[in-house]
Amino acid sequence: MDTEARAGADSSDAARIGGIYGRTSIRLADRKRRTGLRVSLFITCYNDTLFPETGKAVVRVLERLGHSVDFPAGQTCCGQMHWNTGYQEEAFPLLKRFVDQFRNSEAVVSPSTSCVAMMRDHYPLMAERLKDEKLKAEVAALLPRVWEFSEFLTKKLGLEDVGAYYPHRVTYHASCHGLRSLHVGDGPMKLLRAVRGIDLVEIENLEQCCGFGGTFAIKNAEVSSAMLSEKVRGVLNTRAEAVTGCDNSCLMHIGGALHRERTGVRPVHIAEILASEEGGQR
Amino acid sequence: MSDTALDPTTAPKFQVAAKTLMGDSQLRKNVRHATKVIQTKRARVVAEMPDWQDLREAGKQLRQHTMRHLDFYLEQFERNCTAAGGHVHWAKDAEDARRIVVDLVKASEVDGKSPTEVIKIKSMTTEEIHLNKALAQAGVHAYETDLAELIIQLGHDQPSHIVVPALHKNRAQIREIFMREMKLPGTDFSKLGGTPQDLADAARRFLREKFLRVKTAVSGANFLIAETGSVCIVESEGNGRMCLTLPETLISVAGIDKVIPRYQDLEVVLQLLPRSATGERMNPYNSLWTGVDKAPAGGDGPRNFHVVLMDNARTEILADEEARQTLNCIRCGACQNACPVYQQTGGHAYGSVYAGPIGAILTPQLMEMHHAQSLPYASSLCGACYEVCPVKINIPEVLIHLRNKVVKQQSSGLNILVNPEVMALKAVAMVFRSEGVFRASQKLGRLAELPLSHKDGQGVGWIDWLPGMLGGWTQVRDLRVMPKQTFRQWFEERGKDAPGRRSEDSVGKESGNER
Repeated sequence: MDTEARAGADSSDAARIGGIYGRTSIRLADRKRRTGLRVSLFITCYNDTLFPETGKAVVRVLERLGHSVDFPAGQTCCGQMHWNTGYQEEAFPLLKRFVDQFRNSEAVVSPSTSCVAMMRDHYPLMAERLKDEKLKAEVAALLPRVWEFSEFLTKKLGLEDVGAYYPHRVTYHASCHGLRSLHVGDGPMKLLRAVRGIDLVEIENLEQCCGFGGTFAIKNAEVSSAMLSEKVRGVLNTRAEAVTGCDNSCLMHIGGALHRERTGVRPVHIAEILASEEGGQR
Repeated sequence: MSDTALDPTTAPKFQVAAKTLMGDSQLRKNVRHATKVIQTKRARVVAEMPDWQDLREAGKQLRQHTMRHLDFYLEQFERNCTAAGGHVHWAKDAEDARRIVVDLVKASEVDGKSPTEVIKIKSMTTEEIHLNKALAQAGVHAYETDLAELIIQLGHDQPSHIVVPALHKNRAQIREIFMREMKLPGTDFSKLGGTPQDLADAARRFLREKFLRVKTAVSGANFLIAETGSVCIVESEGNGRMCLTLPETLISVAGIDKVIPRYQDLEVVLQLLPRSATGERMNPYNSLWTGVDKAPAGGDGPRNFHVVLMDNARTEILADEEARQTLNCIRCGACQNACPVYQQTGGHAYGSVYAGPIGAILTPQLMEMHHAQSLPYASSLCGACYEVCPVKINIPEVLIHLRNKVVKQQSSGLNILVNPEVMALKAVAMVFRSEGVFRASQKLGRLAELPLSHKDGQGVGWIDWLPGMLGGWTQVRDLRVMPKQTFRQWFEERGKDAPGRRSEDSVGKESGNER
């Protein structure tokens, strides 16, 4: 699609987006006028550093749906790596930093199931442990406004079809934290099924961990590798060209082995699939 | 696996033992197959229970309540068991428990002589304290009568699962062990058939002779019922029922965590346990007994009945508010079957009779955190264990808590200077505490990885070798190098391009294709 041509037809959002995306997107544009939210993006440390494309895709999807995105610049890390490895003292300041950065946000969206799980599962406990009443109250008030990207779409916005087009054979990896902590269920699958052109294939043993587990992959590299090998076999058995999911840490793990073995299968975050459009470059 | 008992005080680190065991392709196939079969059975019988989640909650509440009032229920059990003719002994630790049992066995005269043999029911508590070895040192041979424990004993092996101790052996291997090791006068086991029936028949012939001859039995316990002073054991083979009824003397060793308040509470645990453990709706044999039959000679069951209530660090676990839920465990082994780590390594890697996720939290605590510090890290925190636990023990949460205890040990005093991991994680924590330092580190990281990077056909940089600890990653995985621009740089630049910056204004320009 020619970007300039689109920019020229800027008179009405509905007409413009509708002209390009068809009927579904007219509905989406209507939705924008009614419910446009101001979303604060918590990109997470590793997505910021290693997977900027995922962040860009999140921005693109949210804006396309009529929401605005801001990025509190002082954000760094949720503290998951330290907390889960046993470095609790080191995680406390990161909790405070998160609250400082996002306390006034209308909605916080993060494209990482494990980071959101870290916050939901542990932030209340951490505030409790710090015996800080004010922080406890702030955490309690803020957490209901924190969403993992896919659940923001499915649960907060009630959407399945976000007007994406992705003509590729794809399999979905359900990250453990999304599955067992956030209970995203088949939300991501519903989003993917609504993508035009996609050939979605389900992987065997969907609920099995890929073996990443943060520092586990390094501390118990042998066991982690064996778990990864089973997951990679599952991915390859689907004959998909891309494996997607809601957490780039799992995808980095699986993708690392897919690349080492020169399988030609690529990892791609669900946001990047949902951001892709007909006439786009991919 | 050798004759050497699983002893957390001398066991190698988990990752070291795991590496060795994972080289055994037969073991891995056996473990993968067996855990899969049990998991499938469990899933089927759990799915048919519409109130399973309520039952789990009831189980949790029941166990939590018991632990909160453990002192009360233990004393109530002692009173009621004693009133029914049982003898209750208190053991502070493993050594204490071994001494009590050995003394009781020695005192249980058979035809005026101190016995040299006992029969045993599968009991992980007696494995925990290496009771068989202590008995042997006292000149008493213990015959394991549970089929799996018999296989372990004859094979000079160690249990690898709390419910299915010989899970790591397949039928062909069991046949070999039986043919080689089973000795019974007048019976030839060397031409044994290979069907399950053949093997069960051999075990039956071998064991029946012991049941009928040996007059002293040692067991564990699944539940102690405070209200009645009763003891409950559930099993699948009937060997337990034999041991509980035929001998003159029965000695049951139980951790103090095995108590439940009321008879009625069996309603909950006897639904949760078999479905979670073996995927059965009910255990084939459910034995419940209260003291001894006081009828004059000729009454049912043993004439002498002893319960050894063993602490062995359980009180310390109880004192730790965050880890106390460990004691709620009813030893079903569902977490072991569900654990993707256990499925790869089997149980011996954990260096303890308690393997898998429950072992990873229980063993270091039984050692009062002096040993087995690698076990809390033997998990990817995937949560599969928590999901299947019939009493909802949040194992990942306890693992993280124990990791914190380990880190505190490792970073005390000068330890911090010799531990690269502690130094690295503390340094990274400092990076995250400032936006400026974080940005600088992102730049620095991009420079540091340059010499390690190779370009692929698409011009993307990949790293296939990393030094030191990080080498664990690159042994089977590549790592993509950092892109030239971080997300935050992109977001900021984009703001500059679009003077309005409000992202609604930029929809027209951005909602699309340029990447």
